[in-house]
Amino acid sequence: MNPTMDMRPMPLPAETAAPVKETKIAMAVRGLKAGYAGGAPVLKGVNLDIRENTVTAIIGPSGCGKSTLIRCLNRMHEAIPGATADGEILIGGRNALDLDPVVLRRAVGMVFQRPNPFPTMSIAQNVAAGLVLNGVHDRAILAEVVEKSLRRAALWDEVKDKLDAPGVGLSGGQQQRLCIARALAVEPAVLLLDEPCSALDPIATARIEELLIQIKDQLTVVIVTHNMQQAARVAEYTVFMLMGEMVEYGLTRQMFTKPSDKRTEDYITGRFG
Amino acid sequence: MNEAHYARRKKINALMFTLTAICAAVASGTLLAILGYIAWKGASSLNWDFLIHLPKPVGEKGGGIVNSIVGSAKVVGLAGLMGIPVGVLGGVYLAEYGRGKYAFAVRYAADVMNGVPSIVVGLFAYALIVHPMKKFSALSGSVALAFIMIPIVLRNTEEFLRLVPGTIREAALALGVPRWKVTVLVIVPTAGRGILTGALLALARVAGETAPLIFTAFGNRFNDNGWLNPIATLPHTIYTYAISPYEDWHNQAWAAALILMAFVLLVNVTARVWLRPSSGTSH
Repeated sequence: MNPTMDMRPMPLPAETAAPVKETKIAMAVRGLKAGYAGGAPVLKGVNLDIRENTVTAIIGPSGCGKSTLIRCLNRMHEAIPGATADGEILIGGRNALDLDPVVLRRAVGMVFQRPNPFPTMSIAQNVAAGLVLNGVHDRAILAEVVEKSLRRAALWDEVKDKLDAPGVGLSGGQQQRLCIARALAVEPAVLLLDEPCSALDPIATARIEELLIQIKDQLTVVIVTHNMQQAARVAEYTVFMLMGEMVEYGLTRQMFTKPSDKRTEDYITGRFG
Repeated sequence: MNEAHYARRKKINALMFTLTAICAAVASGTLLAILGYIAWKGASSLNWDFLIHLPKPVGEKGGGIVNSIVGSAKVVGLAGLMGIPVGVLGGVYLAEYGRGKYAFAVRYAADVMNGVPSIVVGLFAYALIVHPMKKFSALSGSVALAFIMIPIVLRNTEEFLRLVPGTIREAALALGVPRWKVTVLVIVPTAGRGILTGALLALARVAGETAPLIFTAFGNRFNDNGWLNPIATLPHTIYTYAISPYEDWHNQAWAAALILMAFVLLVNVTARVWLRPSSGTSH
């Protein structure tokens, strides 16, 4: 809650420092520790910058804490009983861990691993859910938001004639784009995606990657992925996590061509993971 | 594989299969036998007059059970109004917030309550309402039935809420929706059909309860008069008629049983058909 908190970016590895264009920091993670009551720590003091209007990918082997990290960013981590989080996640000069999670989540939206449209709701109702559940009932406003969000999620043309059909009737890839539209409808500043394509086929995956590259002009995207090619395709910045620690953070092309840490090199060349 | 050994195994298999089939037939056959017997015995006394007239004085032929039908509807309806909200809200508490010792105690108490003999529940309602008011009443009968409904509805509601995937809850929370709104506007509606079905089945179950009504609703030969007077109910009327020494009353008891059973069956079938499209789970 201290407005003078330091949000100056962390230094990047030497070679990347020069070509980076000047970008503001959307979220800054400082000394983040997280875990579950009675268990070993999952995150052991992570430092990380997330730059505005970019896509940042978080990669790393299973169990490295990448999902826990992204779930801390909008405090969905705490929705699990016994979860603990400590440190600083700065957003707009304030520590997210001190904010009301409900307020934070409106600014930091999330899309999950498996598509999870609300089963009782139509396509349009799903998209409008974030607004309706928070008390917006003006039909004109809702209709406008539904169309705009579905267009941003590249789903409008496929569903515009069946907005009243159930959301769960769509294909897996369409359902995931519906979930993206639903998250976009509340106009978050940051969109988190936790392995959004792991349940989808390559064509559906490609569509989601395309739309992520398009929407980053309007917001900041963070994506957890176990697919290094996906990180290379969509992300300007990549974070490599290993055993609860941030090993390397930098421009994606740099990390994949000239990693500065041996462990990163071992991982991206497929020596483990 | 030894030929003789194989033949023996096949024989045992056939035998055990037959045995299971027979047991299954006994289970479903009992229902059919009860339905058939009651329909056969009851149909002869069942006619339109029986449904719309009051009972005749002892010794006179004819008369109906309209007071029992109306009385059952009132007592069971009021029991539902009291028992369903308490059961549903308690179930929501257990499923959404119920952790620790208190929740364990509630769950345990509900399960024990489910097994308490219904006549004991009737005695409890007698002590709680009839005794202080010095009067048998529809209200006391409804309270007794509501006590029986609460644990059924509560546990059923909890079960169906637990079937709602955690990912749905997460999706709603991640939209910046407060926890209570997620519960009321997303989780409960998602489980809505199951919860409603459970409530209907609980209604059908208590509609047939007799013991809790013996010293609460008490019975009445005339049209009931408000909520604070003795009232006739179908199961209690069946009981009274069946133990009477009059042949005519015995026949009417069969007819009343047929009506009660048809009602219970109708609610059951409705509830189960309703449930099917929402999820594959049966109860």
